Amino acid sequence: MAVPALVGISLVLFTVLALAPGDPFEELATNPNVPAEVRQNLRVQFGLDDPVPVRYVRWLTSMVRGDWGFSFVSRVSVDALILQRLPTTLFVLGSAQLLGLLIALPVGIFSAVRPYSLFDQVATTLAFIGFSLPTFFTGLLFILLFSIYLDWLPFIYRSDIDASGLRWMWESLKQGLMPIAVLGLFQGASLTRFTRSAVLDVIRLDYVTTARAKGLSEGATIVKHVVRNALIPVVTLVALQVPAVFTGAVITEQIFRVPGIGSLLIGAILSNDTPVVMAITFVFSCLVVLFNLIADVIYGWLDPRISYR
Amino acid sequence: MAAEGTASEAVGGGVRLARARESDSLWHEAWRRFRRHRLAMVGATVLAVMIAAVVTGPLVYRVAINEIDFKAKLEAPSRVHPFGTDDLGQDLLARILYGGRISLTVGLTAMLIAISIGTALGALAGYLGGMVDHVLMRITDLFLSLPQLPLLLLIVYLFRDTLRKTLGPEAGVFVLIVAVIGGLRWMPVARLVRAQFLSLREKEFVEAARGLGATPLRQVLGHILPNATGPVIVAGSLDVAAAIIAESSLSFLGLGFPPDIPTWGRILFDAKDTLDFAPHWALLPGTAIFLTVLSINYIGDGLRDALDPRRVLGR
Repeated sequence: MAVPALVGISLVLFTVLALAPGDPFEELATNPNVPAEVRQNLRVQFGLDDPVPVRYVRWLTSMVRGDWGFSFVSRVSVDALILQRLPTTLFVLGSAQLLGLLIALPVGIFSAVRPYSLFDQVATTLAFIGFSLPTFFTGLLFILLFSIYLDWLPFIYRSDIDASGLRWMWESLKQGLMPIAVLGLFQGASLTRFTRSAVLDVIRLDYVTTARAKGLSEGATIVKHVVRNALIPVVTLVALQVPAVFTGAVITEQIFRVPGIGSLLIGAILSNDTPVVMAITFVFSCLVVLFNLIADVIYGWLDPRISYR
Repeated sequence: MAAEGTASEAVGGGVRLARARESDSLWHEAWRRFRRHRLAMVGATVLAVMIAAVVTGPLVYRVAINEIDFKAKLEAPSRVHPFGTDDLGQDLLARILYGGRISLTVGLTAMLIAISIGTALGALAGYLGGMVDHVLMRITDLFLSLPQLPLLLLIVYLFRDTLRKTLGPEAGVFVLIVAVIGGLRWMPVARLVRAQFLSLREKEFVEAARGLGATPLRQVLGHILPNATGPVIVAGSLDVAAAIIAESSLSFLGLGFPPDIPTWGRILFDAKDTLDFAPHWALLPGTAIFLTVLSINYIGDGLRDALDPRRVLGR
């Protein structure tokens, strides 16, 4: 299932690129120091004048082999560039997703156990506001509040902190706090709503009444019987939201200047650095497919009725 | 209820009158339920006020959006400039009103595109079934697993200059952004419509229509589609909010509308570097986006309660 998806995604990406006007060597063309035949040689060397299917197959095979070419701008190989940035992005994304789940699960479950209580109403309203606030605005609000008015947190993310040991950890935590919080709160808001409705769907079922009737404590009923079943759709949603999380990541990385692959992407787009743009979009797609796969595995573990043959 | 309404139409023209009254009361009923959703009503009011403001505002508040005045740069809100000014001394109220027109139009148009594509593909897949269904749903899955923003950025960047040359700066960027946002958001609608079609096409009233010799087109347009509109309207309302956010995100990253067209996201992008001494510049457009999106989301929530009878029964 994962391989056809990746091939499909690569086809879409390549089609977009092949249809696009513009020439990666446009800058060379306007540069009077580069003679026309050098440009022509470069075109032949990179195979830019070959027919589209040939270019696609060549691009895909080199993509699979891990040979992603060189950045037009920095002359560094693309995979080195991405590998250098990827850990930061995954750290911020992972922590944000974790924070979102840590908020969403308890709040969503508690809201659903006591629907229409004061707690539920406050929580649902906050969740609604939370996912209506676009991340770029929350990010600016956080900077305004915590960096400018309160002066607690730095608003520029640095990868070269000149400190070591505990101090280094403290500094990196402090600078990661705002991007993680912005993304995590946004994720948490939509997950809370979803957890709540998933638990509400399950809690009314007969088997829950049975569990209560046989004398199980309320806590055990909720945790062992309700939550396990309610989590199944939540897991799917977490995986399906991975593309949306990347969207948030690109924006937060841009606001807080986090040196991750999101900001690398924007930089590459602005400087017409096609190999980098293509590779990053491809990496994002691979991650999406990977998370869908993980979700399927967890799904099978949560719900033994599903089997993979 | 809706099913019976259309079924009676299939039986003959004699009961048309009854159908008209019944479908009338159906929408009436939905409106009654929508009104009961207090926050949805608040959202509808706020949105109505904002639409009225951006439509009539520039006619009443006649200040140019691009009048540069360096003496009045980065001013906080005052009597001359109710929303303050930006780094070139341009009036922010005028710019936000103008930007609202674009942001809202982008949201609505992109939603219409997404719904049209989604409904068409979903109807095809659901009605025809079999191989067509299988292929269309695989395509839908493929589109769902595309990373939206990176792809959006890629397409906008690659095609922006060409479209700008052929259609002019404003129209070119508008067409491009609307098409791309709409073209990447149809998948949930397609799935919804397909699911509705799969169950509706087996219902008795559709069978009756088929038995009476209704062409496939008439079955789809006259009988199945009207009964599948509820979820589409709900999804559509939420798509408007999502499209507004997508457009603002693009502009916020500097890859949306050019600087001389002040959409809300673009104003935020320009304002983000002077947050420390001109916070109003970022806060006002940001609040405008937030209020619009929040209102639309609440309206969507109200519409869901109003149009989906099962949810109301469930409570």
